[in-house]
Amino acid sequence: MIVANRKTLEEILTMLKPYKKILLLGCNECVTVCATGGEREVGVLASEIKLSRAKEGQEIEVREQTLERQCDHEYIDQVRPFVGDYEAILSIACGAGIQYVAEKYRNKVVLPGVNTTFLGVTLEQGVWSERCQGCGECVLHLTGGVCPIARCAKSLLNGPCGGSSNGKCEVDKELECAWQLIVDRLKELNQMDKYEEIIPIKDWTTSRDGGPRKRIREDLRL
Amino acid sequence: MKTKSNIERILESGQLVVTSECGPPRGADAEVIKKKGKLLQGVVDAVNVTDNQTSVVRMSSLSACLILKEMGFDPILQMVCRDRNRIAIQSDILGAAALGINNILCLTGDHQKFGDHPKAKNVFDMDSIQMIHTVKTMRDEGKFLGGEEIKGKPILFIGAAENPFADPFEIRAARLGKKAKAGVQFLQTQCIYNMARFEKWMEMVRDRGLHERVGILAGVTPFKSVGMARYMKNSVPGMDVPDEMIERLKGVAKEKQSEEGIRICVETIQKLKQIPGVRGIHIMAIEWEEKVREIAEAAGLLPRPELA
Ligand code: SF4
Ligand code: SF4
Repeated sequence: MIVANRKTLEEILTMLKPYKKILLLGCNECVTVCATGGEREVGVLASEIKLSRAKEGQEIEVREQTLERQCDHEYIDQVRPFVGDYEAILSIACGAGIQYVAEKYRNKVVLPGVNTTFLGVTLEQGVWSERCQGCGECVLHLTGGVCPIARCAKSLLNGPCGGSSNGKCEVDKELECAWQLIVDRLKELNQMDKYEEIIPIKDWTTSRDGGPRKRIREDLRL
Repeated sequence: MKTKSNIERILESGQLVVTSECGPPRGADAEVIKKKGKLLQGVVDAVNVTDNQTSVVRMSSLSACLILKEMGFDPILQMVCRDRNRIAIQSDILGAAALGINNILCLTGDHQKFGDHPKAKNVFDMDSIQMIHTVKTMRDEGKFLGGEEIKGKPILFIGAAENPFADPFEIRAARLGKKAKAGVQFLQTQCIYNMARFEKWMEMVRDRGLHERVGILAGVTPFKSVGMARYMKNSVPGMDVPDEMIERLKGVAKEKQSEEGIRICVETIQKLKQIPGVRGIHIMAIEWEEKVREIAEAAGLLPRPELA
């Protein structure tokens, strides 16, 4: 899932300063699962905003709405009948959702209420961890199913740097060294011979470095 | 491909190689490098010039290499993957060779988090093993990574570093194996304090026959004080300082600790010289270059061989 973190209330209030009527948009997908931008968080944030503004004597009207998805225009269209009544939209979906809303309502100011952070998994209740950077050319079959691009602080492809110590990364003693995980997994799989092979320098054209990516499936197009 | 590197020639002659390092200053004053250089004259065969070590901005390695080259040294250009993509790396390789630099040390580089610009974006377009392969391809095949032909091949002796004290330990020799396969010719190790672990690593290296393919220079760093030893033990990633060393330094009076540190360093070198497969010593006296001569002298590493 895409994991995001809520911006601080202070930051959000600063962005909202000029407005008296806003539409607060949540999303039912990833940001709901990571407890940042779902219906519940929309409710909490709306009350926080209204309370703070009331305290300042600057009442604000906040309409709460949570869409099935903010990355599909059919759902974004659901707010079209009333979006005109609001001065700005505050979205707490991921960066893709926020942008798509902005694209659809060109004359509305759209503000980000979250910082979109990574593609990851739920480790346990309340703990999420990064797993993939969408590099566009997956090497997990060579690295025991552990991603060296997203999980090694230096994206090293041929083994651990000199800072790997007791399973931890040199960058942070709390962080697991991806290469320790890779080696452990290769051993478990009896694939240590894979470690001996040099992985050649990566072609980054499939990643962000190649420019914004687009995917077209002719067979699915209408 | 034969280079003009002193390291290559001394390795070939079968004698022990001695190298040391010079950290460029945090400013544009060439005198700082010259002063450090003077302390090393006649003591080393080649001198490493660090590349924004510990991610702290310093004078560029290549510029400091040139200053040392003009003083008669055979500098080793250190290059990290942190700050340059493949375009910049290849360009700097050509530039170094054009300026008469004979040696390059291909390194991953410390994470920028440790330095004075932790907010920087890092590059890591390639890793150190891929960098070794890049230099080799440029030199031996006369080709850029993109496949185009190079007019005027960069003739560099290729080095790398390895940390026998980092984890996972069992793949540390295999990692050197990958470096050898990529084309590395000499290797400098992280500072050695834990002799037992180093010997174990060397055994694994010999089992793979890597000591015959790569000239291994064992790294040492003298302690100035017990405080420094503690700092290295606790705060420098991948450093293995056994408690006995700390105890030994603690056992002498404060003003005698630096002398004791030098003594430990000299004893370490003497032990290292006995280990089969160790082909040289790399003395890293961090901001303590004035002690390198004394250490080399006491360890019986002087005089250095005369090269024509
Ligand atoms: S290799 Fe690339 S695609 Fe595969 S998990 Fe890592 S970042 Fe994602
Ligand atoms: S310690 Fe491990 S995860 Fe961290 S940068 Fe080095 S190899 Fe990568």
